[in-house]
Amino acid sequence: MHELGIAGGILDLVRMHVPAELGGRVRVVHVRVGEMAGVVPESLDFCFGAIIRDTPYEQAELVIERVPARAVCRACGSRFDLDLPRFACPACGDVGVEMVEGRELQVMYLELADDESGDRAASLAEEGAGVS
Amino acid sequence: MSIVTIERRLLERNDAIAAENRLAFEANGLFAINMVSSPGAGKTSLLERTIERLRDRLRIVVIEGDVQTDLDAQRVARYDVPVVQIVTNGGCHLEARLVNDALGRLELDRADLVVIENVGNLVCPANFDLGEAMKVVVLSTAEGDDKPLKYPGMFRNAAVLVINKVDLLPYVNADVGVIRSNARAVNPDLLIFETSCTNGAGIDEWCDWLEGRVEAAHA
Repeated sequence: MHELGIAGGILDLVRMHVPAELGGRVRVVHVRVGEMAGVVPESLDFCFGAIIRDTPYEQAELVIERVPARAVCRACGSRFDLDLPRFACPACGDVGVEMVEGRELQVMYLELADDESGDRAASLAEEGAGVS
Repeated sequence: MSIVTIERRLLERNDAIAAENRLAFEANGLFAINMVSSPGAGKTSLLERTIERLRDRLRIVVIEGDVQTDLDAQRVARYDVPVVQIVTNGGCHLEARLVNDALGRLELDRADLVVIENVGNLVCPANFDLGEAMKVVVLSTAEGDDKPLKYPGMFRNAAVLVINKVDLLPYVNADVGVIRSNARAVNPDLLIFETSCTNGAGIDEWCDWLEGRVEAAHA
């Protein structure tokens, strides 16, 4: 229900890493959304499309990697995908399980188109961002 | 194509401000709870009963979150406790920054217990840390006993469940035993109280526990 705000947060992070004059080169924004993050991917995609319209970044496409909820059983140590809303361990039945994945809400990386001169757009990424 | 690595959490700013709030609570020896529920479960009524019973022994301050109106703040202000109303204007949950702003308008050094009443919503508030010591989820019997399974995020992230409106049990299609077992299936560590703000059932147990936690936070 707050996907518009989350989409705004994604655009803020993109802006921090790619200045507006290079915004047109941002083609793909990869994000990870956990199954338990409380964010609906379809809604996030819709909101992102809406807020980048008429900005330098409007060619960007959001690619959402859904992270399944995973847990570790405190009793037997087994690691498993949760069958929500059940939190019991499928191996030993214990309910004392710790969720280790599934709350993610992260921007992972951007894909930028290179310009005609072959200049690598990524060389313009701001200091601190890993570039490959 | 070139790759620009970002690897940043989208809620990191919220979580950083929540950590600031938490430090402010701890520095003042305060116990802070974040009350969450669907609309109409009885958060404000439970808060009113709590203030009535504890106000002579504890200095309580309240932050009210609502999509619109200051009706809740008006209700709480009648008990002569400091209250700040946050109106989110459509926002479905409170965020740490809003609470941080509200804290600036409260005298934390003259308080023992901070109650943050979140926007009525069983989904979004689960994922936003405000700096509280714990989330208290209020579920009224009239909502049905399947809600912990349908909204696992909230029940998973809360430390305490208050099953409210137990006086309505004869009239509604809900079983407290089923609410309890469904809630524990999602979160086996949940501490559970049963209350009625209408006839006062269970309010003493809830308030005694809360007072104990406030004393522990002082220590």
